[in-house]
Amino acid sequence: MRRQGNQLILPGLTVVDFSTTWTATRPGELVLSSSPPGREVSTFKSRQKSMVFTRAIGLTLLLLLGMLSPSNAAEADLRAIIAKFATASNFSATEAVVRELVATGDTAVERPLGALAEGDLYVRKADSLVFIGKAAGGSVALLDPLSGEKSGDAAKSEITKIKVNNTLRRAIRDALGTLTLGAKDPAARIAAADTMFKTPDATNIEPLDAAIASEGVASVKALLEQARAASVLVSDRPEADKLAAVALIGGRGDRNALSLLTAVEANSEGAVKDAATAAIANINSTLALWDAGQNIWYGISLGSVLLLAAIGLAITFGVMGVINMAHGEMVMLGAYTTFVVQEVIRNSFPGLFDWSLVIALPLAFSVAALVGLVIERGVIRFLYGRPLETLLATCGVSLILQQAVRTIFGPTNQEVGNPSWMSGSFGIGQLAVTWNRLWILVFALGVFAVLLYVMKRTPWGLQMRAVTANRRMAASMGIRTPWVDALTFALGSGIAGIAGVALSQIDNVSPNLGRGYIIDSFMVVVFGGVGNLWGTLVGAFSLGIVNKFLEPYAGAVLGKIVVLVLIILFIQKRPRGLFALKGRSVEA
Amino acid sequence: MITGRFFAAGADRRIAITIFILLAVAIIVPLLNLAVAPTSSFYVPSYVVALTGKYLCYALLALALDLVWGYCGILSLGHGAFFALGGYAMGMYLMRQIGSRGVYGNPLLPDFMVFLNYGELPWFWYGFDHFWFAAIMVLAVPGLLAFVFGWFAFRSRVTGVYLSIITQAMTYALLLAFFRNDMGFGGNNGLTDFKDILGFNVQADATRSALFAASAVTLALAVLVTWAIVGSKYGKLLMAVRDAESRTRFLGWRAENVKLFAFTVSAVMAGIAGALYVPQVGIINPGEFEPSNSIEVVVWAAVGGRGTIVGPIIGALVVNAGKSWFTGVLPEFWLFALGGLFVAVTLFLPKGIVGMWDSWRGNARALRAASINEESGTHPAVPPPPKIIRSAARTPGDWSASGPEPQPAE
Repeated sequence: MRRQGNQLILPGLTVVDFSTTWTATRPGELVLSSSPPGREVSTFKSRQKSMVFTRAIGLTLLLLLGMLSPSNAAEADLRAIIAKFATASNFSATEAVVRELVATGDTAVERPLGALAEGDLYVRKADSLVFIGKAAGGSVALLDPLSGEKSGDAAKSEITKIKVNNTLRRAIRDALGTLTLGAKDPAARIAAADTMFKTPDATNIEPLDAAIASEGVASVKALLEQARAASVLVSDRPEADKLAAVALIGGRGDRNALSLLTAVEANSEGAVKDAATAAIANINSTLALWDAGQNIWYGISLGSVLLLAAIGLAITFGVMGVINMAHGEMVMLGAYTTFVVQEVIRNSFPGLFDWSLVIALPLAFSVAALVGLVIERGVIRFLYGRPLETLLATCGVSLILQQAVRTIFGPTNQEVGNPSWMSGSFGIGQLAVTWNRLWILVFALGVFAVLLYVMKRTPWGLQMRAVTANRRMAASMGIRTPWVDALTFALGSGIAGIAGVALSQIDNVSPNLGRGYIIDSFMVVVFGGVGNLWGTLVGAFSLGIVNKFLEPYAGAVLGKIVVLVLIILFIQKRPRGLFALKGRSVEA
Repeated sequence: MITGRFFAAGADRRIAITIFILLAVAIIVPLLNLAVAPTSSFYVPSYVVALTGKYLCYALLALALDLVWGYCGILSLGHGAFFALGGYAMGMYLMRQIGSRGVYGNPLLPDFMVFLNYGELPWFWYGFDHFWFAAIMVLAVPGLLAFVFGWFAFRSRVTGVYLSIITQAMTYALLLAFFRNDMGFGGNNGLTDFKDILGFNVQADATRSALFAASAVTLALAVLVTWAIVGSKYGKLLMAVRDAESRTRFLGWRAENVKLFAFTVSAVMAGIAGALYVPQVGIINPGEFEPSNSIEVVVWAAVGGRGTIVGPIIGALVVNAGKSWFTGVLPEFWLFALGGLFVAVTLFLPKGIVGMWDSWRGNARALRAASINEESGTHPAVPPPPKIIRSAARTPGDWSASGPEPQPAE
């Protein structure tokens, strides 16, 4: 029989030693029991001394309890303990119940304890039964604390929440970490191993040894071994063991391993120190590679945003030579359309929230395209052949649109929510990839592909290209150039609108949203070369990646300045951009 | 020679009148502010002096922009940057004049440097304790930036909207740079809390009047210089580049040098405007680099009439007076009004107020001549003269034959 100590620090400097025992009854089975010999000490100084005493008492009690506790607590017992939450009047009483639950060693207690830590555990006032509650609209759905099955609804006034504080939450997390080493779900075991890796403790070694012996999944086993190695390094094991542990942790090669090894390097000497130094250097070079990968991903992500913002501009600028300074405001209109759609959905059809972006897409396209059409017919068509005047007039339009939105919606940021499929993130190796960035990349590439198809494979696209190449000849061939102009402008604006839907997910939706993108979009178009969608694609991604690679060295602002200066210099070299149009149309 | 032409040329009477009015204002307004009792109805309150002085600086900036846009066809969306750089140079001088009277009482370092834990004065602040050095920097910094920027841009024939966009990018980059605290220019808050200029209290009425007079006189000088440039042989070349750059180049002129000269002179003028502006408003911060400010300057010139000398001055005064009035009465609607002004001017007033006045007077004169002929019963054998245009080459686009249809981007 072995024991492991855990410290709980409760409010009012109460130090409670709470000891857990592990009993290996037969190979492959772990049973955990615990006793709570709580003891109050008045000062922190006396903690060390009192701990020995507490542990002695704990050990005695444990011996008794360990013999008494059954190998697996029956469900009825668990329910009886859980019911005590209803009568627990303060935090320490709740904590006592928590300890009692953990002491059963049954992995079924994960559910109620997890819910408690989240603040989701409730007591029904009518019969003092304990439930897990999930707020849904005005009422709360009650779930059975052990099975998780639904067992009715209750209004918020009929139930009382079991209150938790941070100390209690930490206690629950620690207890669960140990408990879940033996959990059935591999993900829970991985989480437990991770927690133990980050908080190494010599007393962890033995339970980990047992867990490693019983572990069937190779990847989890590796993690458990790393957690064990971390604990070995802080124990007083022989040097050979520690060297092996350093090698094992060095192979892990992530930031956690790095911080752990740095601590080891500082606290040890001799061969272990040297091994740690070598491992740190090794990890650093691995991390540098991952950092480069992360920068490329950030750059691609920024590039996709730039692509979305610039692609509409590329069309109008390329086909009509029109500088649309109101382009950023079209993006803003798209974002505000998303906001309005989400407001309607929140108020009337809450179940459709995950579809809000899909619903907003066609609406944002229509709104922005309609506004674009009005601008083209109302202002721009009178200014053809005078690009500088067009620039000024659209500037005026952008001011009017900004102020109109500010008057209607107010100057503050509006809240646009992420649908569930766009929130959260996942990791590839050391890369953290957020879902919303990934979806925006997919979306930007999708829009690009659709546009490419429209330009190259549809009659309308053919007409657009004909007008770009030679306007008079196109007109002579019977193409209605004014219509092509109007529809092109509407298309460019509509694309800006759907860009707004995407950008509303990662940026503040405010009347100034468009202003931040307009200069960047122009840079992309100018850099990539006008009249060429591929140029815009390459321009957007290369600017995005260059920007993100400069940021660590120069800082975000200086990086941006450097990029601007580089573009200004680049234009000296290639005034028509990366992918310039060739042929007679250029000098037309 | 210039003075001879100045008095002889009847057609440029308008310039003479403008200069005369500016000089008169430079004398009369300070007198009415300082020498007349506040109770008198002729008294000009100090805030009006400060406000009008500010407008005169804006007028100078608009005139500087007009030299490149109206006469050379370069639409610079970055003139606010030159204005702000001139302002910063003056602001640095004013900061050094505070001396140990700052909040932290450091005799060498301005307050914000003490606040940001600077150990010593950054190298680029040396010399700014002398007015002559600051005055040179007011001219040199914007001029040098414009020269380098223009040399690169014009040499590689970046023209039209591309040039507009990269000038905008330039001012945007400077905006971001000056917002940084570790640039050593006061970061977000800029330079403010000035005390003395040349030993006189900046807040005093007499100093304000003197600054007002200086602005008016400088503007008058700038009008004279612009008029001299535009009227010279070089001015003809400037307009030739504006209307047909390729043709001018084919005739053997170096179009890029022509543009570079105008751009640099214009930037220096903008810098002087900024330097006069800062002591009058008492602050310079990175907000002056905002691209939207530079675009607003373009609108002043457009409203007044680009390609004329008086136009930008009138435009700057009218639009800014309107802005002051609007933001006082209907603050919500100022941006609507400004936006509407952008659209209306480009659609309905392509030649601005002055251009419209000219063509209206030209029409009236032609009508009068026709009616006189009618009365005298003589039917002229020749058709009535075409409408009188002050200077055919001065209205942009007259010589180039591009039709009213969209051109694909170059």
